[in-house]
Amino acid sequence: MKKMSVARKRTLRFLIILGALNLLALAKFGFGNHSTLSTTYGLVLGHEWIILHSVVVKSSTGSTFFALLGLLGCGLGFLFFKLNKTSLAGISIASISILFSFICWAATGKFIPLTGLLQGGLMLAVPLIFGSMSGLLCERSGVINIAIEGQLLAGAFASAVVASVTHKTMLGLIIAPIAGAAVSVLLATFAIKFGVDQVILGFVLNVLVYGLTDFLYKRLLIPYQSTWNQAPSFSQISIPILGKIPIIGPIFFDQTIIVYLMYAIVAAISYGLFRTKWGLRTRSVGEHPEAADSVGIDVNKLRFRNVVIAGLVAGLGGAYFTIGSVGSFGKEMTAGSGFIALAALIFGKWTPKGAILAALLFGFADNLQGTLSIIGVSVPSEFMLMVPYIATIIAVSGLIGRVRAPAADGVFYSRGESH
Amino acid sequence: MSLELRGVTKTFGSLVANDNINLKVDDGEIHAILGENGAGKSTLMNIVYGLVQPDSGEFLVDGNPVTIHQPADALAVGIGMVHQHFMLIPVFSVLENIILGHEQSTKIGSLESSAAREKILKLASEFGFHIDPDAIVENLSVGVQQRVEILKALMYDAKILILDEPTAVLTPQETDEFIEIMKKLRASGTAIIFISHKLREVKAVADKITVIRQGKVVAIADPKSTQEELASLMVGRPVNLTEKKTIHHDNAVVVKVSELNIADEVGRPLVSNINFEIHKGEILAIAGVQGNGQTELANAMVNLHKNVHGSILLDGQEIVGLSVNKSLHSGIAYVPESRELDGLIGKFSIAENLILDTHHEQPFAKGIFMSNKAVEEEAQKKVVEFDIRTQSIDAPVSSLSGGNKQKVVLARELSRPVRLVVACQPTRGLDVGAIEFVHKRILEEREAGRAVLLFSTELDEVMTLADRIAVMYKGEILSIVDASATREQIGLLMAGVKS
Ligand SMILES: Nc1ncnc2c1ncn2[C@@H]1O[C@H](COP(=O)(O)OP(=O)(O)OP(=O)(O)O)[C@@H](O)[C@H]1O
Ligand SMILES: [Mg+2]
Repeated sequence: MKKMSVARKRTLRFLIILGALNLLALAKFGFGNHSTLSTTYGLVLGHEWIILHSVVVKSSTGSTFFALLGLLGCGLGFLFFKLNKTSLAGISIASISILFSFICWAATGKFIPLTGLLQGGLMLAVPLIFGSMSGLLCERSGVINIAIEGQLLAGAFASAVVASVTHKTMLGLIIAPIAGAAVSVLLATFAIKFGVDQVILGFVLNVLVYGLTDFLYKRLLIPYQSTWNQAPSFSQISIPILGKIPIIGPIFFDQTIIVYLMYAIVAAISYGLFRTKWGLRTRSVGEHPEAADSVGIDVNKLRFRNVVIAGLVAGLGGAYFTIGSVGSFGKEMTAGSGFIALAALIFGKWTPKGAILAALLFGFADNLQGTLSIIGVSVPSEFMLMVPYIATIIAVSGLIGRVRAPAADGVFYSRGESH
Repeated sequence: MSLELRGVTKTFGSLVANDNINLKVDDGEIHAILGENGAGKSTLMNIVYGLVQPDSGEFLVDGNPVTIHQPADALAVGIGMVHQHFMLIPVFSVLENIILGHEQSTKIGSLESSAAREKILKLASEFGFHIDPDAIVENLSVGVQQRVEILKALMYDAKILILDEPTAVLTPQETDEFIEIMKKLRASGTAIIFISHKLREVKAVADKITVIRQGKVVAIADPKSTQEELASLMVGRPVNLTEKKTIHHDNAVVVKVSELNIADEVGRPLVSNINFEIHKGEILAIAGVQGNGQTELANAMVNLHKNVHGSILLDGQEIVGLSVNKSLHSGIAYVPESRELDGLIGKFSIAENLILDTHHEQPFAKGIFMSNKAVEEEAQKKVVEFDIRTQSIDAPVSSLSGGNKQKVVLARELSRPVRLVVACQPTRGLDVGAIEFVHKRILEEREAGRAVLLFSTELDEVMTLADRIAVMYKGEILSIVDASATREQIGLLMAGVKS
């Protein structure tokens, strides 16, 4: 018998598990649902061109459909596996199908605002995407960034305060990246110049930002709320034409300026990292700094610059929490988004595309939990909150192919130190 | 262009790696540097290239003083270098590795590499290389990676080219091609500094030879000197380059390999139908051009390869499928091909590296504790016995010169009671003195009645040591001949010609 590599064995096992789960979904949610009730899916949010009607599907039929689709996904994954191609597409279809099969069942007889569900998912994913892009920029250049949380929080705080004091959201938008970059400068200085352990350093920076914002919040923002913490916020701008496309329009093209900036940043990073001189050099210092040095690249300067850019990106993401949505600042309002962003980066295998998809998935899972509890389906909220972490464990355990961090991630470089 | 070094000194702690070195290389000259392992050759070259800062010394290019603080400065004055340890990024393609640092961009800022691609292919064909610019470097064999390193140095028309052991992993044919490249470059006026431990090559191309011993220039030698003369200049004592050996016959079979097949991850065969026996006190050498399945076969001997089918009997006991640890402790010494990657832990000290395999045994372990004293004593003993040149047994093994690293691996592997020695390229990168030493050790193992499986791409080494020679070609053993075969016969077999 032909033996298989460990990674391939794991992929196969994962496919089998997914197949079994889909079968289970078929039995329990599809055939096991004897209710004749239907689920109604709302597809409209308001001002689209064509107002689609809500779709009504008998719940058991919906569940059956998705479970079968999931099995098809498994089959597809297996086919690609046999052809030695990546089974990622199949695995994605199979995983998402299980989720939808479950939703159909859970919402039997209820109304699900599908477009709203997706739009809310994107909203929750926005800071995760900003955060994971920050992590990506750092780690691809060889600096571990645990301080994403701190960068987001600093951006959120600074933008709220500046926007409150000046009554100008634009100024808030400008100060947020600067605040994030300030955290980055600390990270870069100690990590790159002095070789401090980067995980500990990032952790300490998070604690620092938490402490500082908590303190100022209590002493300044609460007592003098009207001056310091009553920030105006951006309103949505609907892009002409695009914003009116059914389903897609309201989800993607009826957003605040921060989200549009995010699209631009994501596009720039995805392109830049793999298509430009800067990207090639960035990846080289993250993989093998000696080699980069030996062809005349100033390793530490490039790392420093990228870490600062990463801070700008995460800081801007922080503004989304305040002036991008509710306006005012709340204590520790990032609530761990920075860590979930880090999880998205790892789950996405340190690639821009992967990290964005992971962030979207995590945002969606988070929002689903909220929506389900609003429509009265009680899923323990802890269950959905676990999704990012479980997904990350799955990713790093190699179930969906090999995950490899940049080889010099977290490795201090000083010329002549190593041999 | 010409390059002159004046009074270059570099110390690492109390060790003087370069001691007031003067060196002059003229344009159109191939200047060879000879020296034992640890003599300070690479240190000197890294100083010239800006990777290591000297304590003192100055550089003159075409008679004008230049300052070199970092590689970018060296590149700017036209110095290119092929490093002893590959400076390649494993996950990048060949093309990406070559354009790194010299990227061209289009107007919109995207990478423009078609010119570089063309130049790579042109250079490659000019010099008789075959190279796929889009291949990922980590999937290439060391020999091909070496070519990529060389191409990298040739791409940007360096006027002064430093070559730190560029031929260490090349096959004889590749080396010949490479020597031709050097000659062409010399003809076009490039000044070349060439470091090699292979005296045959040095004699073939060098215009001038500088010999360094313990950081000092000890002689400027004439390329017409004999190999023995050069060797004794390097080592400071006479060297016996051709070990004499006594053939003896002992019929007990120690290792019997039958119907061994090895496949890669997706089931493609890498090695097929391997059958051989090694007797007590016999050296079987596996010769062949790098990349014909030797690495896989060697790994399979200690179960480092996953997809192995067939049988390996060690004194009648099946060892295929055992753990690596069990394989080693069943009596196999294993000297891996890549000492940095598989043989040593760079950040660990020399003493720690010497007990990697036996740290859990008496006397190094006492219950759950380590006995530092025993570890230290063992290290002191081995450092003397194997002549490991180091300041301290507590120094990280990564600070040793290449040859001394190899000695650490040998010292560790030959310290266990073994029945079979599997040695892969045991003298790669070693100086003549060290080669003499390693050969002596291998022959001693043979005298002591051990079976030795020697993998080597060095024909000279194979001819000197082996009792029988198996030649591998495309994953199969083409033929097993005895030691009386001629160089030509074996050369033909290595090229796949079966008579
Ligand atoms: N970074 C370092 N720290 C401490 N010692 C070092 C360092 N680099 C080199 N050395 C020491 O300097 C000496 C010269 O080393 P070098 O690498 O220049 O030798 P070499 O002549 O190139 O030898 P080889 O032929 O084995 O490559 C060795 O003793 C080595 O251990
Ligand atoms: Mg050297």
